[in-house]
Amino acid sequence: MNKESLEFLTEVKKKPRFTPQTWSQLWKQIVIWLVLLFVFYPIVWVISAAFDPANTIVGQRIIPKNASFINFIRLFDSELQPFTSWLLNTFKVSLTSSFLGVCITALAGYAFSRMRFRGRKTGLFAILLIQMFPQMLALVAIYLIIFWIGHYLPYFGLDTHAGLTLVYLGGAMGVNVWMTKNYFDTIPHSLEESAKIDGATPFQLFVKIILPLTRPILVVVFFLQFMANYSEYVLARVLLATNENLTMAVGLQTFIQDQISQRWGVFSAAALIGAVPVLIMFWVLQNHLVSGLTRGAVK
Amino acid sequence: MRTQTRLKRLEKFLAGGSLNISLLSKLIILGISNAMALWALTVLLAEGHHLIFTILVIGVLLIDYIFLSERAYPLRFIFPGLFFLLLMVVFPIGFTIYVSFTNYGTGHILPKEMVIKQYTDRLMLDEDFPTYKAQIFKNPAGEFAFLLTAPTGEQLVAVDQTATPLAEAGIKPEDSDGDGKVDRLGDYKQESILNIFSFLAQLENLTFTYADRMLKLRTPETFGCYIPRYQYDPSQDALIDLQTHTTYFAKDGNFTSATGESLDIGYQTIVGWRNFQKLFTDKRYSAPFIQVFVWTFAFAFLSVLETLGLGLFLAVLLNDPKLKLRRLYRVLMVIPYAIPAFITCLVWRGLFNTEVGIINNSIFLPLFGKALPWLQDPFWAKVAILIVNLWLGFPYMMLICSGALQSIPGELYEAAMVDGANGWYRFRRITLPLLLSQLMPLLISSFAFNFNNFNVIYLVTRGRPAIPGSITPTGATDILISYTYRMAFEGGSGGDYGLASAVSLIIFMIISIITWINFKSTRALEEVPQYE
Repeated sequence: MNKESLEFLTEVKKKPRFTPQTWSQLWKQIVIWLVLLFVFYPIVWVISAAFDPANTIVGQRIIPKNASFINFIRLFDSELQPFTSWLLNTFKVSLTSSFLGVCITALAGYAFSRMRFRGRKTGLFAILLIQMFPQMLALVAIYLIIFWIGHYLPYFGLDTHAGLTLVYLGGAMGVNVWMTKNYFDTIPHSLEESAKIDGATPFQLFVKIILPLTRPILVVVFFLQFMANYSEYVLARVLLATNENLTMAVGLQTFIQDQISQRWGVFSAAALIGAVPVLIMFWVLQNHLVSGLTRGAVK
Repeated sequence: MRTQTRLKRLEKFLAGGSLNISLLSKLIILGISNAMALWALTVLLAEGHHLIFTILVIGVLLIDYIFLSERAYPLRFIFPGLFFLLLMVVFPIGFTIYVSFTNYGTGHILPKEMVIKQYTDRLMLDEDFPTYKAQIFKNPAGEFAFLLTAPTGEQLVAVDQTATPLAEAGIKPEDSDGDGKVDRLGDYKQESILNIFSFLAQLENLTFTYADRMLKLRTPETFGCYIPRYQYDPSQDALIDLQTHTTYFAKDGNFTSATGESLDIGYQTIVGWRNFQKLFTDKRYSAPFIQVFVWTFAFAFLSVLETLGLGLFLAVLLNDPKLKLRRLYRVLMVIPYAIPAFITCLVWRGLFNTEVGIINNSIFLPLFGKALPWLQDPFWAKVAILIVNLWLGFPYMMLICSGALQSIPGELYEAAMVDGANGWYRFRRITLPLLLSQLMPLLISSFAFNFNNFNVIYLVTRGRPAIPGSITPTGATDILISYTYRMAFEGGSGGDYGLASAVSLIIFMIISIITWINFKSTRALEEVPQYE
């Protein structure tokens, strides 16, 4: 770091070419390009492998010979891996659990933000404390609970997506409740007051007034939960068993585990397909997310 | 007051005044769920599941209270989340703490009574009694009956779990086609020996009481006399093997004889601090455990340090408004954050492969003439993990540092400039301390997150390379959480849930300490009553 890096805080002056400032801009550009090289290194190789018909990591070149879509066809067509099911399962579980998760969080956040009751502070504190413990630490217990539930309600038992969704919903509260509560706090009470006079119940206030106004934070919470569930590996690994029922994280892990060299191309195609929807989602929601993150950060 | 208005509304509604849809639908839903619960309760009671019965009763009463009492109104909003939090987080944590004081695991799954029953149900052949020749019959309903003939000519009919002498039997053998051989037994028709093999497993499980003995299929064509092999003696709390006449005493989850021999199946029991003692005093456990323990802290600390270092550096660089293309750069650099981590980890696993991996083939072989043993050597495997985590983690740090940088007041720098402080000095004395104090809670959270960052470890190296001499499946890159997982689910001779839960409990305690420090640094509690 040198003097010029913070120069923007002083007045900008016109200077001749090749001053120390130009040099400083130059090295900054170089450093940034080095970082970009690091960022894109795995991405470029995966894209290249996905389109390389050789389907092997051995002797892979950065620009594939006879590039084609054959790996994508192999991915969806092969008997070896039910990739379509994995993809659908992942979306089914992550979308359901993040949607229900947002409902749960918004309801709780509303109560914590607008109502005064005994145990409110303790409750908020307890939620923050509990969510520090990742669910996977209690894996054996969770496995047994789902086993018991499945004994009575087979639809929610082991090797079912409903069961996995139940488990994911356990992790829905936590920091998200705080984020929504803090956001709800910024909405002025005056809007609700007038509706209250007209005889609206708190639940109607919540649905008709608060929810539409707080969409940005709900979107952020939804996306964060979606990302977490989409990438979740351990719980899905332990609770799901049948190959057709797996999520992408578990399926791809077992697919690539010991056969990196023979399945590299097909795996890369799967990796691209798995990453692109989330990337697009991130792109669309980027402004929301970044402001949500930094706001939460600096608070 | 509120209850009164509620009552008035109800009266109005009953009088046919205004139809209150929300109240009506609530009552209907509550009614249906109560009816369903009532049905489930009768089933549970009939099947003797008293614990679940009690839990359900309390649960249903609680729900009714929450949705009918005005005082519990806020709880209606919190209840859905609370339900899942209690069921899927709080209860499992409690259960894990309990398991950590037991020997629960493969070989010690069942409670003691069930293990005793398993042993006392085992039979042994009693050679003092004759072997019967068996003819097998089957009725249209698929049930079996047997006609047994002893060498002495004595005949028995075995059906429906009991065997009776032919003379007293309810059903008689017949010879329907008149060839001199029995081919029917009541409405049971004889099965040919060829058809029997597909039912063999089922037939072997059929037992028939005859006097004080058990008759049971011995070979596909003969029946033998069986007596129980084990006897449980409550006064000694021991199982007695009637074949070898050995007494196996129940002790610490196993049935052990005086000579130290144990029966195969142990039972689940509370063992106190033994799991923790193992971890800290038994060399075979403690050596790898301590190694994992140290690496977990090192990994979490180094991860925060490296991602913060690069993230802060880039945030400062990109904060320069004169930098060309800085918006584009910022977008591009956030990409690793937007790719699902499990995909990234699996990709890096392929890239780091020693023999065929691209990193060796595209960088190390051409530039340095040799391949690095990325995933085989403990040191390089750790380096690989840290590289992957740097890639995954720096964008987040960059984002939060950028946010924090904007909030540092410019006047501070101006004042410093007036005093003649240079750039590095300003960064060190103004930017860094202000930034760190703001970001400290997030850095601690990030430390806790990496402390349990299972995916990076397990999907890149699977915890390997293995630590030589370790009795549990443990590798040099294992952190506590992957160590726990592998102990419970990847052990060669089955999982040791008790020991795994003991490690989980240790992780709980470490996280509690981290959280406590975090609360101290944020004073989160003081922020709660914002509107009071």
